[in-house]
Amino acid sequence: MKEFGYTIIKQRTIDYDQFNGRLLNEILLMEPSFKVCLSCGGCTATCSAGDLVNFNIRRMNLLLRRGETAELESEIQKCMLCGKCMLVCPRGINLRNVIMLIKKNISRNKTTKY
Amino acid sequence: MKKEGKIQVWQDYQKEIASDHYFYVRSCIRQNFFPGSEQTFLKILREELNRDIYENPHHTTCSGIGYHSDVVPFDTIQTIVARQFALMTEAGYKNLAVSCITSFGIYNEIIETWKEFPAELEKVRSLLKKATGREFEVPENVAHASDIIYKFKEDIAGKKKFSLINQLTGKPLKIVEHIGCHYSKMFPCKGVGGAEFPHVLVGMIESWGGEVIDYPERRHCCGFGFRQYLVMSNRGYSLSNSRKKFESMEPYKPDAILCNCPGCPMFLDRWQYVIEEMEGKTYGENGHGIPVVTYEELAGLVLGYNPWDMGMQMHQTNVEPLLDKLGITYDPKLKYARKDGKMIGSPMMVGCGC
Amino acid sequence: MKHIVIIGGGIAGIETASALTDAGHWVTVIEKDTRVGGKLNNWSYLFPDFTPAEKIAESLLEKCREKDFSILPDTEVKAIIRNQDKFNIHTSGNQNLEADAIVLATGYELFDARRKEEYGYKIYDQVVTSADLEQLLRPGESLTVAAGKNPKRIAFVHCVGSRDEKTGNHYCSKVCCITGVKQAIELKKRLPEAEIFCFYMDLRMYGKHFEELYREAQEKYDIQFIRGRLSEASEKIDKSLLIKAEDTLSGRPLKMNVDLLVLLVGMEAGKGTASAAFSCGVNCEESGFLKSMDSLLRSNISQQEGIFLAGSCTAPMSLNDTLLHARSAAIEVNNYLKKSIK
Repeated sequence: MKEFGYTIIKQRTIDYDQFNGRLLNEILLMEPSFKVCLSCGGCTATCSAGDLVNFNIRRMNLLLRRGETAELESEIQKCMLCGKCMLVCPRGINLRNVIMLIKKNISRNKTTKY
Repeated sequence: MKKEGKIQVWQDYQKEIASDHYFYVRSCIRQNFFPGSEQTFLKILREELNRDIYENPHHTTCSGIGYHSDVVPFDTIQTIVARQFALMTEAGYKNLAVSCITSFGIYNEIIETWKEFPAELEKVRSLLKKATGREFEVPENVAHASDIIYKFKEDIAGKKKFSLINQLTGKPLKIVEHIGCHYSKMFPCKGVGGAEFPHVLVGMIESWGGEVIDYPERRHCCGFGFRQYLVMSNRGYSLSNSRKKFESMEPYKPDAILCNCPGCPMFLDRWQYVIEEMEGKTYGENGHGIPVVTYEELAGLVLGYNPWDMGMQMHQTNVEPLLDKLGITYDPKLKYARKDGKMIGSPMMVGCGC
Repeated sequence: MKHIVIIGGGIAGIETASALTDAGHWVTVIEKDTRVGGKLNNWSYLFPDFTPAEKIAESLLEKCREKDFSILPDTEVKAIIRNQDKFNIHTSGNQNLEADAIVLATGYELFDARRKEEYGYKIYDQVVTSADLEQLLRPGESLTVAAGKNPKRIAFVHCVGSRDEKTGNHYCSKVCCITGVKQAIELKKRLPEAEIFCFYMDLRMYGKHFEELYREAQEKYDIQFIRGRLSEASEKIDKSLLIKAEDTLSGRPLKMNVDLLVLLVGMEAGKGTASAAFSCGVNCEESGFLKSMDSLLRSNISQQEGIFLAGSCTAPMSLNDTLLHARSAAIEVNNYLKKSIK
């Protein structure tokens, strides 16, 4: 590979056409309450983990909807599943179930051949 | 802070607490952490209040810690809980008295699940029958042991030998209450006073002469959180959550922290030692920590029980500053003595002004 | 002459009464309070142009004085019985009225902020609602907080009791966003030294001049807007409040100490509307507000023939929208009565 002292810069635009909605659709099918998130951040405000480490439970929705599965997988490990987010959620989302489903489905999708 | 507003909330969340004939289920961890508390509870109920309370040696852990740590499946825990109920049914009891907050949450969660999904109840009946041959009835009343002490707080006040008054100043002791998360955060209506302003411990403190301190992080978790503690690398979460509470309560100079959960007093007690070791910081007066007590221990102290008989020497943050303020006389030499006078050995790791 | 009974003497009731009297009908308004005007009597200045509420209240009273309709104050409806194409209305004052048509203008109630227990309303000293603040904003009222000092930092919480599954209110109360902006400006005028923050989920500046007022709040009054819903408030030793939210646009949890917390409380249908609906067989929506035949062409028409709906008993509404809805109710009633003459 020849070095020119500069590189071809990768586009950072969200390329929505590359988005494979399978994981998202699986989660929404099993926990439809997750559809109604309005991104208010009440969950993150009260999160016992997000207060201490760089973890933002509200962003799980965005990562899922933009197909950022790798980041989603590593971020979700930081959740302590205490459930305080569910106490404050103004849309009554069963967030603990969402987290468990994401974990399960990411690992299942890795091992299952379709 | 307006007291009337709180009184309104307390009135909104009153629960039915059975008045006698309890089937007692112990915590699986408390007897190691605070070994005299459950014994004190039984003594108060039987000897002071003349109540009938029964426990069965065959009862087991509710497996709540395993359930919340994802190693015990829901079907399994339901069946384990059903077995406890079977022991209760066989003994002819209908009122469950639960020592542990985690278990209290588990029992409520499962009973509510059965109400919402009756098919689960039928499934569990058949699982238990197949596994053990036992049958069970769902309890008529589920109370946490702190609910029961709350119910009889005035009877205890009537027999008190000591008030929660600082004998050195004559002023009420300033006490911080800490409620276990699973007491009412999952089902606010199952806790006396609800989830945001629980009354269960406040009621005891006020009935026995103390003053309750409400501080900004009162509602925050003690830091136990199974996932935060069980894995060593996660323990920083636990410690940091406890620290957040200490920092928040510090300006009020509390004389004691009162808890109704197995885990909370453990962590609020032990982490004070760890913080002192790590940062050299203590949160009480004169380089001491803030004594952390269970509601059974506090009731016992008020009733004049010997602190060493209640196992209070097992606290890592020394309780002596609280005993001194209450005017309780104790023999420091007997702190680590058995009933027969032999020494049980003194702790190797001591902190918080020891 | 046809007789119309209007239940509720707030803005909607009086405006409908006035328009129907102009159209040549005999109108009676039943009002549960001693004076007419409803909630308008509790406000100081109105968005979006700070018109004194008294001025609007006075114009309503003028209509009451000038126009020939009667008002039964301190009166509630006990029962409504349909008698062929007429209604018999029995009141708490033991009167029996016969009407050819009924207009429900029972208005709304404010959300009881105590139900959001985590904000500590009526428990923490420095938590007030937007309705309380209206009283405090009257000339001569003092705005001091603990220790007699002026608040240095003030936060407004949007959507209290609105858009919230936990309180059972899924709907948007519409007027709170602009109320927050208006009150923030008024506070800043009174307390130029204070820092003022609005915690919002979405800012819905739907009305005429609303967006301009929002811009003015930023441009002229340095009001700061943080996108995040408050998870809790708690009181500190100095009586100030510790509040927590996520600053969603930074993506990080945020805590802040404030001297005054204003809860922008939403609207609920309330007991008056529920009991009026019950007594005449009008259906309620899931939100508790009254159900009209449809929401576009027949928003003033209930499912009960001869019973019409006006104003905020049908949905949260601003003053302006209420006046328009009341006038359209009058047109519908008039058309209905003309038809029945034929």
